[in-house]
Amino acid sequence: MLDQLTGYLSSNLTPGAAGNSLWALIYILLIFAGVSFFVMLMNWVERKALAHFQIRLGPMRVGPHGLLQPIADAVKLMTKEDVIPAGADKTIFWMAPVWVVLTGFTTLIVVPFGPTHAVTDMNIGILYMLGISSLGVLGIIMAGWASNSHYPLMGSLRSSAQMVSYEVAMGLAIVSAIMMTSFTGYGMYGAGTAAGTGTLSMIQIVEAQKAQHVWFVFKFFPLGFIAFGIFAIAMIAETNRAPFDLPEAESELVAGFHTEYSGLRWSLFMLAEYAGMFAVSSIAATLWLGGWMRPFPNALAGPTWDLAFSLVPGALLLLVAVAAFYNAARMPKHLAMRIQTLGLWGLGAVIALVGLIMLIPAVRVRIADISWFVMKVGFFMYLYIWYRATFPRYRFDQLMRVGWKVLLPVALGVLIVTGIAGLTPELLAWAKGAR
Amino acid sequence: MVDNDRDFYGQEWKEDRGEKSSTYLDASELVLNMGPQHPSTHGVLRVILKLDGEKVLGTECVIGYLHRGVEKIGENRTYTMFAPYVDRMDYVAAVSNGLGYCTAVEKLINVEAPPRAQYIRVIMTELQRIASHQVWLGTHALDIGAMTPLFYTFRDREEILKIFEKYCGARLTTHAFRIGGCQYETYEGFEKEVKKVCAFMEPKFGEYEELLTTNRIWVERTKGVGKLNGDECKALGVTGPVLRASGVKWDLRKAQPYSGYDKFEFDIPVGENGDTYDRYMVRVKELHQSLRIIRQAVDNIPEGPILAKVPKVLKPPVGEIYHSIEAPKGELGYFIVSDGSLQPYRMRIRPPSFVNLQALDKMVRGLLVADVVAVIGTLDIVLGEVDR
Repeated sequence: MLDQLTGYLSSNLTPGAAGNSLWALIYILLIFAGVSFFVMLMNWVERKALAHFQIRLGPMRVGPHGLLQPIADAVKLMTKEDVIPAGADKTIFWMAPVWVVLTGFTTLIVVPFGPTHAVTDMNIGILYMLGISSLGVLGIIMAGWASNSHYPLMGSLRSSAQMVSYEVAMGLAIVSAIMMTSFTGYGMYGAGTAAGTGTLSMIQIVEAQKAQHVWFVFKFFPLGFIAFGIFAIAMIAETNRAPFDLPEAESELVAGFHTEYSGLRWSLFMLAEYAGMFAVSSIAATLWLGGWMRPFPNALAGPTWDLAFSLVPGALLLLVAVAAFYNAARMPKHLAMRIQTLGLWGLGAVIALVGLIMLIPAVRVRIADISWFVMKVGFFMYLYIWYRATFPRYRFDQLMRVGWKVLLPVALGVLIVTGIAGLTPELLAWAKGAR
Repeated sequence: MVDNDRDFYGQEWKEDRGEKSSTYLDASELVLNMGPQHPSTHGVLRVILKLDGEKVLGTECVIGYLHRGVEKIGENRTYTMFAPYVDRMDYVAAVSNGLGYCTAVEKLINVEAPPRAQYIRVIMTELQRIASHQVWLGTHALDIGAMTPLFYTFRDREEILKIFEKYCGARLTTHAFRIGGCQYETYEGFEKEVKKVCAFMEPKFGEYEELLTTNRIWVERTKGVGKLNGDECKALGVTGPVLRASGVKWDLRKAQPYSGYDKFEFDIPVGENGDTYDRYMVRVKELHQSLRIIRQAVDNIPEGPILAKVPKVLKPPVGEIYHSIEAPKGELGYFIVSDGSLQPYRMRIRPPSFVNLQALDKMVRGLLVADVVAVIGTLDIVLGEVDR
């Protein structure tokens, strides 16, 4: 047991690859806890950011600047009455949220937070993620069907249609990124050979970007960028978020497939939704934005740049701490605000401490990859909020049209052109030889 | 067992669209009960939708959940006592209701409000039109899924409500006018403040337009949705911006000027296609026209009394009168029958929302569920007025 625990520390494989089930379990727990915490944080950030987009304050009462609001919400949801409608199919009604959460979190085991920071590195990692996340729609259909009510039924119908159609475009965009892993040369932009075979492993995809000195979003510009754009649109539809939030369209279907759900079951759906957002954002970050790599790992190489970039995560946390201190100083001096002010000072201190710990050389080299990855995922999360504040909702037929008539042909075109672009030198050579 | 040929009230379904006139539900049809508790039926409207998948085959509006018997109340109160009640009908445009009622009774007793009162009335009602359109715009956008405009419009509406509050002490159900003129003299700095609000509003309208007018999704969601041509509008009695968006240039402020509207210069914005987008554009343009009227009124506001000579006890001559004004939502008419007593013999109110709501079925047949919500929004109904 102890052997298993210490033996892995010197390994440079993922626990899955090293066959170390103990560390795999630790990783699973860490990811589960981390993502759950991230969901709570995201909940707060979304409400705050959305509020500021909409000239409101958002949660302000529970904790300083509403920081404890997610916890208060969680407690409220857990203590709420758990209603199962009389006409519902009880077993399926009970299973649906569990199923959704299960699939939502199972996808996360191949997410590479770092070269070794994943539970396991499957050779079909990306395929596995797509497969499991599309199983999630089953839970939504179960929820809609088991509720035995019209709004959930329509919500789940929309959801299944939407997910199935956008998965096609999404898959094609992903395939073009996977093809890029095999094109090591400059393709249409210069000489070089297409060597080796591509890979579906999440870690190998990032390694390929490292080896090719380019994030795939910039490779064969603008092909990578278009594929990335298609994925970035499709992933919003895939996670049922605005402006593609038809399955839970509030103004049409009340709450869509989870209309009949309340309390903890409802919160499980929310948890799964945010976990799903995290999962697709991490696919996007892995495939196109260089995964755990810091920006410019090759162009700005050298010990000085390494040092500078490795200080960024800690420094950012220190900035957050400074913001917390600043806001704590600005808190009203009223006696009733005393605890809140102290709480904010305390929070700032904790964040500052974590930031300082992250500046320690031994720590910062080990967590640099994780922090860069989380930052990239956070960028997508912010986009989600931004879209939600800006766009009206698509109608069902328009959604389908965008999926099938715009995204799918473009994705297919990009896929083909990527292949041609990557093989340009070979094709030219072949044409010469043929003549 | 539910009788599928009939709706929940035992009435037969209206004729279906096209060849499919059978009234039984086959496996692909679904009756969806939308409301009265629904986030976007604007209160307590209940629409029973007959759907084929997402497609709407027919609708049945069930109203009356907010019925308070306003007309009957009017027959049991003196003319003066009834005035505050009308504010409760269209509660997002209370000032317009009050103007309609006051001018109707004035016509009945043959009194005209003094010029200063008329100007104050115009300023207040036009401010109210802006506020009403802002509520409409925010909720309509929310129905279509854009959350943010709602908060912008409500923020700006606040400035108008502040003026109301300062003028008459109430923000929503104002009872600002009185039969024969105005209840209150303007407060110190009224003109300046109104001008300030006008200057404040102009760029804000641009802000709403920035979010919506050229937004691809907004345009796709509204263009060609809920079409209604001019003849259909006339046949259904639809008035207001909905009528004007269909290309009919009919505005009671120009057609039958009341309260001195003939002294002001303004355009009547009209649309072409009569779809949801045109209705949106017409209303947005009306916002600017209202500002134009307010500016003229504030600049030329005359001095003088604010209340005409009206007897303390109103006892109108025997007779009947119909008087209508252009409320933000359309033609708001009052039909009053007087038997010479203190109370009207019959009080009939023609609310624009109620009449416009008739068009819902015609507009949404063949569209999708999401469009029903958009069309309810674009009709700009207020259930307090529909049910009275």
